[in-house]
Amino acid sequence: MSDHIVRAYDEDLASLKTMLAQMGGLAEDQLANALAALVKRDMRLADQVIQGDEKIDSLELMIEEKAILTIAKRQPMAKDLREIMVAIRIASDLERIGDLAKNLAKRTHAVSDALPRKLVVGLTRMGQLALSQLKNVLDAYGSRDSEKAMEVWHHDEDIDALYNSVFRELLTYMMEDPRMIGLCTHLLFATKNIERIGDHGTNIAENIYYLVHGKTLRDERPKKDLTSTTIFETPGVK
Amino acid sequence: MNELAHVSLQTPSPPRISTERDVKIDAKDINIYYGDKHAIKNLSIAIPDRAVSAFIGPSGCGKSTFLRAMNRMNDTIPSCRITGDILIDGKNIYDRDLDVVQLRARVGMVFQKPNPFPKSIFENVAYGPRIHGIARNKTDLEEIVVNSLKKAGLFEEVKDRLQHPGTGLSGGQQQRLCIARAIAVNPEVILMDEPCSALDPIATARIEELIDEIKQNYCIVIVTHSMQQAARVSQLTAFFHLGVLVEFGDTDEMFTSPQDKRTQDYITGRFG
Repeated sequence: MSDHIVRAYDEDLASLKTMLAQMGGLAEDQLANALAALVKRDMRLADQVIQGDEKIDSLELMIEEKAILTIAKRQPMAKDLREIMVAIRIASDLERIGDLAKNLAKRTHAVSDALPRKLVVGLTRMGQLALSQLKNVLDAYGSRDSEKAMEVWHHDEDIDALYNSVFRELLTYMMEDPRMIGLCTHLLFATKNIERIGDHGTNIAENIYYLVHGKTLRDERPKKDLTSTTIFETPGVK
Repeated sequence: MNELAHVSLQTPSPPRISTERDVKIDAKDINIYYGDKHAIKNLSIAIPDRAVSAFIGPSGCGKSTFLRAMNRMNDTIPSCRITGDILIDGKNIYDRDLDVVQLRARVGMVFQKPNPFPKSIFENVAYGPRIHGIARNKTDLEEIVVNSLKKAGLFEEVKDRLQHPGTGLSGGQQQRLCIARAIAVNPEVILMDEPCSALDPIATARIEELIDEIKQNYCIVIVTHSMQQAARVSQLTAFFHLGVLVEFGDTDEMFTSPQDKRTQDYITGRFG
């Protein structure tokens, strides 16, 4: 789009975009490191993630302040207004993703034993998927590519499907050996966190759609997370 | 991606104008010339009743020219020529048998600079009803004056000095006096040509509040340079550029997701 007559207005919008890109990059790093720390049980890396969250939080504040100031100063209209509103919303999703990554890292400390091989595979795959979804949606934001954002939006069901299978696996471990309950409970939360990160990715995708088209996405997203409604029977208990 | 098939990714449909509104002014194929200058090009627009329509656009885009055409103010400009039809309630205002004085009573106008007559506040408002024979007697006239001043939100401020000159009021009060003067002859349409551009923010807010209150009884058309004002006071917005009506649609959509790139560039401050 061509430039504003007032050049400082362009700079305001550009700085929002830059801060958001920075925040997105940080969130990606935090998630990648948190996953690595959990799977490898790397306490130092986990601590690094826990401390790193502050930077994401402060970026969110900076974006908010810049957005509010720009609204007050420029009275943005049409696409500019959407640009600013969407920046605020995406920043809030990224902040939540940061929190969830931090929580993943915290759980690394609680997981004292080596994880069963099969679980590592499931967790890693889920994590990788969430990570690539996050990367793609941030790319889509950077290039204002609504179709790419919609791909991310649809692919979230893959994370949900994986989440279901890991969830069942964890339950099986717990049923087989009650000594696994502590570990598996932490891992249940860990996988739930990853699943939530996927959902934040779809929120971002919806915002990109709104940014590009000027209207909200009305379709229901296909959801495959069945864990909230699944009933499990405990063997031996009738 | 097949999965994407059910998500609509096309550009939004052309602008919709709420159909439940009755059309008050129907302009068809309007062309206006000042000598050789083609000021309005093939303009057609249906302006609804009991609503505020805002005309926006850069200087010289023709919005004021078209506004003035709606009560034949351009008749006084010798070089001005107009073709096409402007129907108000189905009647062409450019018909030969039409009485222009009557037309201007039906289609009131408020200008950029408040222009009260050099008479008392009372006389400013009473003048129109008197020459149009709207008031039957003195009491009737007084009632009209008081009601008009009340509708214009000015009565409380001037009730003790109705015999003072209208020109002694503040700018914002003068503008409300002009609105009271326009209302006094029971118009159906009120045209406003940048009514707030000479006023401070408080006086502007008063006029906007007034427009909001009276819109249920009139067809109001306002030309404004302030996009925020158009967004605040109008239900429909028309964007003019180089004599062409680029876009006319619901204000809410116009300022969040305009259809035309020229509209987008103008309202976001990108016009070169």
